[in-house]
Parts: sequence; C-alpha cells; structure tokens
Amino acid sequence: MAKQKPKLPGLISGLGVTFRTMMKPAVTVQYPHEREDPPARARGVIALKEENCTVCMLCARQCPDWCIYIEGHKEKRPPRRAGGKERTVSVLDRFDIDYALCMYCGICVEVCPFDALFWSPEYEYSEPRIGELLHDKDKLGEWMQTVSPPEPLEVGAEVKGKK
Amino acid sequence: MTLDFRTEALLQKHLADARINVELETEGMILNIGPQHPATHGTLRVVVKLDGERVVSADPVIGYMHRGYEKLTEFRTYPQITTLINRIDWLSSFANEVPFIHGAEQLMGIEAPPRAEYIRTILTELSRIATFVLFLGEMALQVGAITPAFYGFRDREHVLNLIEAATGGRFHPNFNRIGGVKVDLPSGWIDECRRVMKKMFDSVDQFEDLVVGNEIFEVRTRGIGVIPPGVGAAYGVSGSNLRASGVDWDLRRDGPDYLVYNDLDWRVWTHPDGDSFSRYWVRMQETRESARMVVQMLDKLPSGPVMAKVPRIIKVPPGEVWVNTENPLGEMGYYLISKGATGPFRTKIRSASFSNVSILPWLLKGVYVPDIITILASLYFILGDIDR
Amino acid sequence: MTAVSLLLPVLPVAVDLPWGLIVAIKTGIVLAIIPAGALILGYVFLLKMMSHMQSRLGPMDPGGFHGWFQLIGDGIKFIQKEDIIPAQADRRVFAAAPVVVLISTFLLYIVVPAGPRLVVADLDAGVFYALAVSSLSVIGILMAGWASANKYALLGALRAAAQLIAYELPLVLAVVGVIIQAGTMSLQGIVHFQQDASIFGWGGLGFPLILTQFLGFLIFLIAAQAELTQTPFDMPVAESELVAGYMVEYTGFRFLFFFMGEFGTAFAFAGIAATLFLGGWSVPWVHGTLADVLGPIVLFTKIMLVSFLIFWVRFTYPRFREDQLQAIAWKYLIPLSLVNILATGVFKVVF
Repeated sequence: MAKQKPKLPGLISGLGVTFRTMMKPAVTVQYPHEREDPPARARGVIALKEENCTVCMLCARQCPDWCIYIEGHKEKRPPRRAGGKERTVSVLDRFDIDYALCMYCGICVEVCPFDALFWSPEYEYSEPRIGELLHDKDKLGEWMQTVSPPEPLEVGAEVKGKK
Repeated sequence: MTLDFRTEALLQKHLADARINVELETEGMILNIGPQHPATHGTLRVVVKLDGERVVSADPVIGYMHRGYEKLTEFRTYPQITTLINRIDWLSSFANEVPFIHGAEQLMGIEAPPRAEYIRTILTELSRIATFVLFLGEMALQVGAITPAFYGFRDREHVLNLIEAATGGRFHPNFNRIGGVKVDLPSGWIDECRRVMKKMFDSVDQFEDLVVGNEIFEVRTRGIGVIPPGVGAAYGVSGSNLRASGVDWDLRRDGPDYLVYNDLDWRVWTHPDGDSFSRYWVRMQETRESARMVVQMLDKLPSGPVMAKVPRIIKVPPGEVWVNTENPLGEMGYYLISKGATGPFRTKIRSASFSNVSILPWLLKGVYVPDIITILASLYFILGDIDR
Repeated sequence: MTAVSLLLPVLPVAVDLPWGLIVAIKTGIVLAIIPAGALILGYVFLLKMMSHMQSRLGPMDPGGFHGWFQLIGDGIKFIQKEDIIPAQADRRVFAAAPVVVLISTFLLYIVVPAGPRLVVADLDAGVFYALAVSSLSVIGILMAGWASANKYALLGALRAAAQLIAYELPLVLAVVGVIIQAGTMSLQGIVHFQQDASIFGWGGLGFPLILTQFLGFLIFLIAAQAELTQTPFDMPVAESELVAGYMVEYTGFRFLFFFMGEFGTAFAFAGIAATLFLGGWSVPWVHGTLADVLGPIVLFTKIMLVSFLIFWVRFTYPRFREDQLQAIAWKYLIPLSLVNILATGVFKVVF
C-alpha cells in the first residue's frame, strides 16, 4: 500500500513522531496517588468463604505448588429431627495459603465443588517479610468483601438454564 | 647423541626463537557477552573471540535459565501443566498453551466447540501482537534509539489489559482447558477489542515512521546478519526469521489444521533479503496482519458453548501425539506420550528459540562488534524459550 | 548573571575595581554557571523533555513540583559516595582526567558574550580560541581511558578520541563561513554585526547569520552532536552496552565531573551556536543598558532553542557504527563545509 503523498525523509518524520508524542499527555498513572482499577476478573488474591468449606481437600491436592495448608476435624452435631442419627460435620481448623509460593493459577478456585474459594482483584497486600505472606483463614475471609460480583458475559455466550 | 658445541648452540638458538614466536603469538581477545547484559534478553552468554573489531568465532552458552519443564510435566496433571507452560515464552504466553491442549484433546478424541476455537485464535493473535509490538520497540533500543522501547511497552499495555479482562492474568492467562476455554468473554470485550486494534494499527504506523523509515536504522541493519534460506532451514531457524529470508512457510497455513486460520482471509509476509532489516520489517507487517485477523474474527465469532463435554477427572488415553504450531517466536511443538494417567508420561518441548540461537556461531563470523548486538536483537529469542 | 547586569547601571563608571577582584568575580560567575547550566539542561531536557517524548512523566516527587530537585539530589548523592580508584590505576592521571575535561568547559565560557558589556574576556580571536579550547577534552578522555588500567576503557577512550578528532574539522570549517561574512573573529563583534547589519536594506531588524549560513548551522550542529558524544554519535559511550566506555572506573564525584562536563559543554556549545548563528544576546532595536539586562535572558532563550534541537535528535535516532561515523565526517561533512566556505566567499565578493 504505497502512500500517495510524497514521503518526507525518514529522519524528519521520525522527529515529527517524537515531537507529536511530546505534545500529547503522558500515559503514566502516578501510583500511589492515582490508581487504575484492574478488571473484575483479575487474579489478585484468593478469598475464602468459610461456611461453604467442607474440608474436602481438593484444592490442596490440585495446587501445583502445594501452597494450601488445610487442617480440620470431625464434630458430632445433634440430629436434624428428633430420634434421628447424629450428624458428623467437618470443621475447618486451619486454612492457610502461602502467597510466597502461590502462582495465581486459579486451579483451586476452579476445582472447589462447594464454591468456597473466590478470586478477588485486590493486589495491595505486600508484606515486608516473606514469612508474613502466609495468610490464615481470617484474612482470607476478610478479602471476601473485595470479591467482585459475577458479571454479565459477552453477546453470544451460552446461557445456562437454571435447574 | 652428543653434538659439538657449534651445532648445539645453533639448535638452542632455534629452540629459543621458536619459543618466543609461540609466546608472542597474539591470540584474539576473548569477550564475554553476558550472562548479565542489557543486550541479550535474559541470561544468554555469548563467548566471542575477536580479532581487532571483527569476530573470529562465537559460542552461545545457554542453560542459565533452565527450569526443568520436561521433568516437571512428568509429575503434574494436565490443568497444572497448562499453568506452568505459560511461562516458557513469557511474552506471548497464550500461544504456549495451545499446542499442548491440542495434543491432549487429540489423544482424547475431543473437539472444542467453534466458539472456543475462535476465542483461542483471537487470544493467540493478541499474544502475537503483544510480543511483536514489544519487539519493534526493543530492537530499536538495541540499535541505539531509546524512545521506541517506551512506545513498545506503552502500546503493549492495551493488549495486556484486554487479555486481563478476558482471562484474569496479564502475562499468564492460564485460560485453556481440555475441551475448550475456561469461561466466556466478559460483556463489552468485543467493542473494546476493536478499539484496541485501531490503536495497534496507529502504533505500527508510528513505528514505521520512527524506525523503519529512519536512514540511520537502515544503515545499521541492512546487509547485517544475512541468513540464506538453505542455511537457515538447515539450522532449524523458523518463524519470522525464516520468512525474512524469503521462505514462504507458515505453520498456520501450511501445517496441519489447527485453530481457525482456514476460515480467515490473511496472507503470509516474506522478504527476499535475509538481513536484520527484513526481520524487523516482516514482524512489523505480521503485527498488522494479526490485527486484521483479530478484527475479522470478532466479526465472525459464533455463539454457543465454550466447553465441550469432558469427564470430571480427566484421564488421557494412552498414545503419542506431536503437535506443532506457529508460536510468535517460531515453530513450537509438543510431543506428548500418555500412559493413561491424569498427567502425561513424557512431554518433549520443541522450542523455537533453541534452534534460532543455534545459528549464532555460523552467523556471527566476521561481523563487527556492534553488529553482534543488532543480530542478537533481530533474531528475537526469549531465554525461557531457549532453556525451558 | 541578571543580578550582575542589574548592578552595572548602578555602579558609576569611574569606579576602578582592583584587577584581582574583577578576575575573582568573573571566575566565580563562570564557576557558578557550569553546574547551573548543566542542571538546567539536564533537568529540562534530559529528564522532562525526554520523558514526555516517551509518553511518561519523568521525576515528579523530589522537591514537590515536578521533581525539580532530582538532579541536585543526584549531585549530593554522588558527592557522598566512596572514592574508589583501581589498584593498578595511575592515581594522579586518574584524578586529573575529569578535571581536564572540566577545565576545557570552563575555558569555553570565557568568550561567550551575554550582553554588550557582559563578557568575561572579549578576545579578538574569540572563535578561534573557543574551538581550540574545546578540543582539550580529548586529552582528558584519553587520560581517563589510559589511567583506568582497564583494557576495555582504553579501547573506548581510543574510539572516543578518534571520533572527537574526526569531528573537529567540520566544526571549525562550518564556522569559517560566519567569520567571512561577519569580517571578525571576535564573538562580541559577530553579535554586533548581526545586530547592525541589514537584510536587503532593511536596517534595524538585525541579520541573524542563520539566514545565509543555514548549511553551516546544520553542519555545526551535527559536529557539535558528535563532539558531545550524543546519539546518533554515541558509540564511545554506549559501548557500555558491550564493552565499557572510558568512564567505567569512575564513581562518585569524579563521575559527577564528567557528567557536568558533558552537560556544561552542551550548554557552552549551544551558547556558541546561538551567538554565531542566531544573534547571541542581540534583540532588534535594543541597545545600551537595556541590552545588558535583556541580553542574558535572550541568550538563555536561544540556548534553550538550540539545546532543544540537540536533545530532540538525541532521543529520536539510533546510533551509528564507528566506521559509519567516521565515513560521515570525512566523506560528507568536510566536503560540504568546504563548499559552504566557497559559496560564502564568492557571495561576499560579488554582493
């Protein structure tokens, strides 16, 4: 595709490019005074909804880096109806994710069958010491507030019917 | 045998002369470029023997970044490996996942639905644009101009934001799954993508004005590092490097069918000279071509599901498969051997940069020292790709 | 400078200051201008203009308002660093090299006039002196390369010396056309000529010599770019990509001297270019004491303009290879400047 108008020598048009860029505003976002919000799906940090977790250990097993540490115990609860059997319930004691090892792949969020793990676009959780990057279930529960609500999908996506 | 003193003296004199000649023999200066060096992208070491200003011999020493990918894949399941292989060529990470997933899908006999294939192709081409735009900027940096490098990073941000909006990760999307892609695109993505493609066209035009037309750049890159097509093919050079030598070979068109390239109207760009300038030029045209392809695909995107029916626990039936694709760096292929477990038995990764770098000893003979940098920049290898 | 020029109308002309005091004042002014000029050029062009050409902001935090304190802070940082001299280096030559480079910059400022009475020394052969003194820095660079006891530094210094010597000739020859037209080698005289001469009979407006000496101006700028080892001629300095430049063993305040020398020389060369081609401190219709006050400001503006051109080219173009560099100097710039001299001579005689 040849340009119809006569071309300036490359040296001059190069100078024109830098001059025009100088005249336009800069693209820098001055963090921490200004912030750009990441998109809703951004993989910032993993949040835990404790009431959904049944200590099935699927996430800890599937993690490629083995960075999830889970401990739980079984408890007996009173039966739902009088005269029934006692129920056993798994209670979560410890759910730690070591963010120094985590590679933010999201396999744990995907394989959880009970929707207890969520992605959150929160990214400002750096710590001065690498040992402090091991976050326990309280901190993971706090991050549930930063989880973005499910967003609409693009035109043409399959709409799954509610069962 | 004893000699008389005159012969003895003569013999000693000759021996002394010979020794001095050996001591005074001026070897070339040995220069170590790297492994920590701003000119090589990562930890590549090139041991260069110089004679004045010219190179006598060059030896690339690789392995400083070896992470043991092929061993890692022996002990991981398929979703875990998909996460890891993003990191082989980290600038165009989506394109690394696709051949591996295709191999697993071929062994299982699953075909991803058309919408998933379109999304995969769009994201592959977006990765190609992202990495080539960075190349356009940073080869100019190696040649001496500092501003185009910043333009390269600035323009790449738009594409990275797009990829992040769709997949959640800027550099490591981890979006492919056996049977399709993980989840569908968010609403508004298609319009945003169209806007970004317009910006990419403008950005490539800007690079053309700033760098390609520049007479100084031409003088530095024309005729430097010429790869004749026969020699290039013999060394295993692939991708844009070979197309810049005039060889009309692109695995997206000439290889076995994969993704949706057959549905699109696009052309393969070649250049008859094989020098550094033509490698830059071919990648520039390919960036434009990728942007055009993405716009076509956005128009043609079919609706439907993005994931085929796959069992909950994925066990790939036993078998072997070889899948090779056109990574932005060249030809990248995976040879998968499966023995029916949840992970492969053995994966062999054929990475493009490993073969591209193998031509360096042949190519660098007789060039000037500043031209070494130009040639290294124009071959465009990524260390993660060489060393895996 | 403006403060001094404001004082001059107040001082009665008959006051005879002791000669030593005058020399001390002038030395002090020049010594203050070198870092001031280097700082201003460095901040405006290297930090801010380069950043905006690259779509970014540059330093914003140091000092609060758009990071004006950045370079001063860098200077303080350099001064407080440890003074490392390589064990095998020649200590005295190593220490003297940056000083030699700075001295050549210092000597350049002596002849640049900033007003009808504001010049440190108005030499009759001002142009000749300026160009001769600017080549002293080559000695400094060679001393730096040799004394570093580093094979790569020596190679870098030799390459830099070859480049600087090659570009001395176009620098000098480009200026000869100006001298022919102005008829004098004194810089003050050239400025007066540009102020008083007339273009086609229109007196009073002045006649900046760039109008007829455009080719000379271009060649002077290209040669100055090479003398300052700026891109596209910065192979000796960007050697630090590959080998190491001549400055590799210099740290701390010695490196600061080189840095100040580079930007101070840029300021001085821009000053000489502004004086020779753009009219220096002269403004049309302004004479006498008002010129003393306005002169420095006008000269500063013209220096900024010329520096803008120098740095604009620096940030846009890639760099030449060493042999291409030499080819340009010897095969293109020198014949062009000779043609320029020929044409100027012919036109001067004919018109």
